[in-house]
Amino acid sequence: MKKLLMATAALAIGATSAFAETKIGMITTLSGGGAGLGIDVRDGFMLAIAQSGRDDIEVVIEDDQRKPDIAVQLADKMVQSERVDILTGIIWSNLAMAVIPSVTAQGKFYLSPNAGPSALAGQGCHENYFNVAWQNDNLHEAAGAYATSAGYSNSFILAPNYPAGQDALTGYKRMFKGDLAGEVYTQLGQTDYAAEIAQIRASGADSVFFFLPGGMGISFLKQYADSGVDLPVVGPAFSFDQGILQAVGDAALGVVNTSQWNKDIDNPTNAAFVESFQAEFGRLPSLYASQGFDTANLILSALDKAEVSDADAFRDALRAADFDSTRGDFKFGSNHHPIQSIYAREVIKEGDVFTNKIIGVALENHADAYAADCKM
Amino acid sequence: MSTLLIIEQVLNGLQFGVMLFLMAAGLTLIFGVMGLINLAHGSLYMIGAFAAAAVAGATGSFVLALGAALAVAAIAGALIEMTVIRRLYGKAHLDQVLATFALILIFSEGTRWLFGSFPLFLDIPDYLSGPVTLPGGIQYPLYRLTLIVVGLLVGLGLWVLIERTRIGIQIRAGENDREMIAALGVDIRLLYTLVFAIGAALAGLAGALVGAIQSVQVGMGEPVLILAFVVIVIGGIGSIKGAFIGALLVGLTDTLGGIFLPELFKLFMEPGAATQTGSALASMAIYILMSLVLIWRPTGLFGARA
Repeated sequence: MKKLLMATAALAIGATSAFAETKIGMITTLSGGGAGLGIDVRDGFMLAIAQSGRDDIEVVIEDDQRKPDIAVQLADKMVQSERVDILTGIIWSNLAMAVIPSVTAQGKFYLSPNAGPSALAGQGCHENYFNVAWQNDNLHEAAGAYATSAGYSNSFILAPNYPAGQDALTGYKRMFKGDLAGEVYTQLGQTDYAAEIAQIRASGADSVFFFLPGGMGISFLKQYADSGVDLPVVGPAFSFDQGILQAVGDAALGVVNTSQWNKDIDNPTNAAFVESFQAEFGRLPSLYASQGFDTANLILSALDKAEVSDADAFRDALRAADFDSTRGDFKFGSNHHPIQSIYAREVIKEGDVFTNKIIGVALENHADAYAADCKM
Repeated sequence: MSTLLIIEQVLNGLQFGVMLFLMAAGLTLIFGVMGLINLAHGSLYMIGAFAAAAVAGATGSFVLALGAALAVAAIAGALIEMTVIRRLYGKAHLDQVLATFALILIFSEGTRWLFGSFPLFLDIPDYLSGPVTLPGGIQYPLYRLTLIVVGLLVGLGLWVLIERTRIGIQIRAGENDREMIAALGVDIRLLYTLVFAIGAALAGLAGALVGAIQSVQVGMGEPVLILAFVVIVIGGIGSIKGAFIGALLVGLTDTLGGIFLPELFKLFMEPGAATQTGSALASMAIYILMSLVLIWRPTGLFGARA
């Protein structure tokens, strides 16, 4: 009898492993200061999975608390004991750098719904690493291009002193044709910008560019609006996403920011996404939610064509990017980063809700600056 | 670098300093009187900001919001003193750190559960917004000036409370010899709850005042808590006067260091590298200040004990 039981158990184990189920591991930030971003990515991603109606996909979701060491532990756990096929979800570049090179080296696929550090776009690129959002510099390059086209000739620029902050100022300077009235690195997590605003006032600049994601941007915009300095401000979408605009309030009205996505991009996929996201979660989606949604749809499109176990076929299917993106046409460059248009948006008020409206294209079909260094 | 800019930066440093003082005063009182390391002080700062944002959102009145911040933080402080902190007085500092760290996690998750993960909106009232022109033509935000005045008034009020009132005598006596004042018939348990509630109310007030120009979000208290600890170590643990001087020193060092160090490095470095090195060094400036003070005076500027 005991033998029979063991045989049945062995059979059962054999049966489940033979069953073609795809396991996706999502490591993202669900608690602490940056939780809003991870929650949006997760909700967008799970919405697409639910809409596909497929029940052979399992998503394991874990919270990295925005800490690199925890992200690394979670990645090890997902690869070794959960045995996931695909990983995704990381928001922050410093966490991405800690996790992605090691999981792709172990033969797993990683699709980034947000972080796009320059180190992984150039020499550090990998055939199993795909970025569905953008390379870090892209939105800042677009801000530089917009500032030039708007006729600004003397910008004061600031960003936090960490890798993505340095990428941001590099990106802006790459596309901005004017002079710099000042260049300031702030502390990561800084909440008081009185000193920087005083420098802006004294600098004689005609425009201000800043990259201060999350709560840092809320603080800066409120204090800037209260300071009486009235120079025009440009920035990437990260300080103007749907999650934080309500907390900034009137201080953000009229500010031009750059994004690869907005809720008014006119295509059926996007309209359906915005409507279903709002119906499901009771709030407007942010660009992070759109990135999570696109990432899931890209995976689904590739799974329709190939099994993950056939890595070469699955990789080709991902590279083809044969899915309906919320951004309209979507294609990858040679380093598996998107080639896409980046829009200039303006913050407006719709009824009681602050949101963005597209006012023009800042960069058309833009590829990143590192693709040439990528030898895949 | 003009004189106007320097004066403006000194004002910014002062404003930062007096807000730090509101945090540090409660922390140092609690440590001085009860010998307790309260890591959850940052949570009380956050509770004040959230209470203010909720009341401002419901009523539209900033004054009511400040009142709510004071009241809610004081009540939260009194409650945690009576339920948790009271059991920790006789324990080792490590137990206190562990228990109050647990409180941070509980308050953070509780706040997220109540208010969600997205930052809340709390803005400066219209009558305090915008800049004013000071003598000499300096444009300075009225709200920040108000913060300086409020901070100084609270400091004065605390000084009167501790030096000139009966409760103040009991608090000072409690710092020196808790057995003796218990023997003299003072209700030491009530006194401890009161001190804790005062400290909590000050933290809540700071959270609400600062929340109006920053972002009201879960976890906003912890970075300030670290600075407040630096302040009380510099000022001398248990000393309100030390907390005041320490807070102004830290506020001015942090603000002026952030401006002048990059400028200094530009004298002999390429500008891009100078701003990066200068900013990196500026973020260390207050810790360097702390080390120097501790080398000179191991118990802090006004500290009685090590």
